[in-house]
Amino acid sequence: MGDPSEPPSGQYSNRRSFQASSQRGSQEASQSQDAIPEALPQMLLGQQRGSQGVPAGLPQADIRRSLGAELPEDEVWQMSQTFQAAEAAMGLMEHPELPLGFQTHAYLPDGRTLAGEHTTNLMLQQLQQGQAGLLQQLESTYRPRGSSFWSHFDSYQREDQHFKPETQHSPYPRDDPGTPWLSLSEQGFLCYSPEVPEPQPRDLAVQNAKAYLLQTSVSSDLSLYEHLVNLLTKILNQRPEDPLSILESLNRTTQWEWFHRKLDTLRDEPEMQPTYEMAEKQKALFIRGSGDREQDMEEEVADTAVPNIMEAAFHLEQAGVGLSAEESFRIYLALKQLVEQQPVHTCRFWGKILGLRRSYLVAEVEFREGEEEGEEEEGEELLEGAEALEPPGGEEEGEEDEEKVADAVPKPQWKPPPAVPKEESRTGANKYLYFVCAEPGRQWARLPHVTPAQIVCARKIRKFFTGHLDAPVVSYPPFPGNEANYLRAQIARISAATHISPLGFYQFGEEEGDEEDEGGAGRDSFEENPDFEGIPVLELVDSLANWVHHAQHILPQGRCTWVNPLQKTDEEEELGEEEEKGDEGPEEVEQEVGPPLLTPLSEDAEIMNMAPWTTRLSCSLCPQYSVAVVRSNLWPGAYAFASGKKFENLYIGWGHKYSPDNFNPALPAPVQQEYASGPEITEMSDPTVEEEQALRAAQEQALAATEEEEEDEEEEEDEDLDD
Amino acid sequence: MDTESLMLSLELAAGSGQGLSPDRRAALLTSLLLVKRDYRYNRVLFWGRILGIVADYYIAQGLAEDQLAPRKTLYSLNCMEWSLLPPATEEMAAQVATVKGRFMGDPSHEYEQTEFQKMSSEGEKPFEEDVVVQVKEETRLVSVIDQIDKAVAIIPRGAFFKTPYGPVHVNRTFEGLPLSEAKKLSSYFHFREPVSLKNKTLLEKADLDPSLDFLDSLEYDIPKGSWSIQLERGNSLVVLRSLLWPGLTFFHTPRTRNHGYIYVGTGEKNMDLPFML
Repeated sequence: MGDPSEPPSGQYSNRRSFQASSQRGSQEASQSQDAIPEALPQMLLGQQRGSQGVPAGLPQADIRRSLGAELPEDEVWQMSQTFQAAEAAMGLMEHPELPLGFQTHAYLPDGRTLAGEHTTNLMLQQLQQGQAGLLQQLESTYRPRGSSFWSHFDSYQREDQHFKPETQHSPYPRDDPGTPWLSLSEQGFLCYSPEVPEPQPRDLAVQNAKAYLLQTSVSSDLSLYEHLVNLLTKILNQRPEDPLSILESLNRTTQWEWFHRKLDTLRDEPEMQPTYEMAEKQKALFIRGSGDREQDMEEEVADTAVPNIMEAAFHLEQAGVGLSAEESFRIYLALKQLVEQQPVHTCRFWGKILGLRRSYLVAEVEFREGEEEGEEEEGEELLEGAEALEPPGGEEEGEEDEEKVADAVPKPQWKPPPAVPKEESRTGANKYLYFVCAEPGRQWARLPHVTPAQIVCARKIRKFFTGHLDAPVVSYPPFPGNEANYLRAQIARISAATHISPLGFYQFGEEEGDEEDEGGAGRDSFEENPDFEGIPVLELVDSLANWVHHAQHILPQGRCTWVNPLQKTDEEEELGEEEEKGDEGPEEVEQEVGPPLLTPLSEDAEIMNMAPWTTRLSCSLCPQYSVAVVRSNLWPGAYAFASGKKFENLYIGWGHKYSPDNFNPALPAPVQQEYASGPEITEMSDPTVEEEQALRAAQEQALAATEEEEEDEEEEEDEDLDD
Repeated sequence: MDTESLMLSLELAAGSGQGLSPDRRAALLTSLLLVKRDYRYNRVLFWGRILGIVADYYIAQGLAEDQLAPRKTLYSLNCMEWSLLPPATEEMAAQVATVKGRFMGDPSHEYEQTEFQKMSSEGEKPFEEDVVVQVKEETRLVSVIDQIDKAVAIIPRGAFFKTPYGPVHVNRTFEGLPLSEAKKLSSYFHFREPVSLKNKTLLEKADLDPSLDFLDSLEYDIPKGSWSIQLERGNSLVVLRSLLWPGLTFFHTPRTRNHGYIYVGTGEKNMDLPFML
């Protein structure tokens, strides 16, 4: 056109090229979308400045003013439609009658990308059957065509909606390939014009480029083009911050999602199956039992064996110890389930022992008086049977000389030390029964009573728990039992060492309020002191003497009350007479004495110059409301708290004692003494060849000598006869 | 664990029994925020708690943009006032190797170690002498934290990715491990410079993704079996506990972005591990 029109268009083109170049760097249309609202005011400004009267911004300004407040969305929508149209247009290789001229403008040599406003203008131009030259295109759009402009837009919109495959809630197509995603070609070409200009060399280049991009990959049905489209739509939908920095991750995720479509909603995912099963089991915990609701409520409120676990958990949480509140509640429900299933008098949550594959939740339980423990007896018999088999095994040794079958096989003189009898139920280490389960909701399993031999062996070994009760414990010295026994032994040791209470909470039965120990070795029972008034928290923290052990100490023998193993019972006396000769062991065994019950903690032995207990105030910022916490250094994981009249013990840990030195496994037993060598079993060496020959020679000589004598005698006799 | 998700992380890690009391948690939330501002860290992690006889140490670590860059460690006795610790050196590790026993809880406490040292004065024969070396508890703290980090700090595969220029960034598109992967040790990596990556055969390296698999995995840890991997809460939480440094708990909810580790323990290595497995 004429000169006056050039500068404004030049200006315009300059501005556009500026925008285009700023957009050139990024492939993301989002930036172009952002640039659009910027572009419009710029253009408006430009128009005001460049008083060329080129109402380039007018159509847009018209749109804006006429649409009022809804403009941004609609504008964006329009832009998106144009963008979509552009995409659709680009996808339509099989419809060559598409406005190729439109595409030409998209790939103009100065690198103009599909800026929204650009495409709007171009669409208009297209609809108005524009020409090839850029200036003419601009010129045509600048003509403010009020109604025609709008009508075109309307038709454009209607056409668009007519071809949409589904109603869309967002302007962008969905980017998850789960639903049958119509390819671009099917989404409908949104605009078409009856007249198609002739393809130009640039168009051919574009078509070739597109054909290349649309090649499907060898390993899959996905083409680069589709993948890029997926990626860009995903980014546009999600609008992450700083997408350039996560471009590679997004790329990988998009590819992955293409091949891992979400399954339909009717089937559950197989790998979540165990999770759902566990959830079902735990759901059963939460359902109240059937029956009269009112009655149950009253009964439950009145008398329940389950303690207030939530309260204890709350206090322990102040100390920073314990499982989370939800877990504690589930444990409470699990204990309630246990109480319903077993005849339980009192129960308590003892703690949690961590294992390799699973962990154990331990409940300390006391059965009601007179409850038979049938399972226990079977276990006892099995153990005793096993022990009885061991001593006779020793007698089969000594099959040494086959030649001396006639001789009696020497009997071994080794006898196993007599087994220390285990403690009765409800006394000593077996005072409580223990139940374990892996998770609240699972079945509770009962642990057998502990025997002294197991405790003695457990002191010598150090093994992690696997989490399965029937796992063998492979160790030296060989542990008499499996993991259930080992667990029970450790529980017994931990209880004996770390169950403490504030001074005065428990008292001995006979004397009321009298704490002094008189001949304490015999005391093994205590009861709650009704007059206990609580010790101030600060005093509990300051001095360890305010805490006492209320669990009996386990003697080195493995029991709490000492039993002389060599003491012959009635049964053994009969056997003893026969075997008196073989008695080699020392007759006298010293009685083992341990600290009496209710000993204060200040009497505990130190570990390497370090106190065995650490006391803390739970919160130093509010001392008036805090609890006193005591932590064991000997058994890491054992905690006790006290506040007012309440106290509780808990153990959460791996179940091992702390030792500052490294663990030294027990050395193997010394080599057994050999049988005393005497002439009857000493092996004689065979005579050598020379000796045998010498012997034979000597024998022959002797034989020859006797023959000569005989001959001599015969000769003499003959001579005699001759005379 | 990240301070941004501190409350959730503490609850998920509570299966090991040790956590923080509410007053400490409240203190941490405010103080770590201020630490992040003052030291200009990109991320602040609450590393854990080392139990001492007299007092406990609360440890936090600050990270720069590059996650694998050396971290700054801070300690506090009351969760409010944080002091920066010096970076760990090999000399410190050598000094501390002989110290045994629990931490005292007093940073200025000194351990006395008698060492045999060969002293040679001029012209005379070298003779051995007992030298009393004093090791400060702070040194021991630094060294122990460094050892624990190098040995057992872990992250799930995919949580970090390596950019072509070298720095390692948090992967914002990390969706969590799927349940089938979460039970395998090979899905977890050591959060430190890789040591044994170069020793892999070419065949193994071909399967790796260089932007995600640039750290050592837990599969080849020695001794074998030094990790206990469990599913808790009805299979909805994966917990890894280290047996070499008991007290380190790593948790991850599969298919979500939650993951983290915390160390609450006495700060002593479990040298008896081979006997215990």
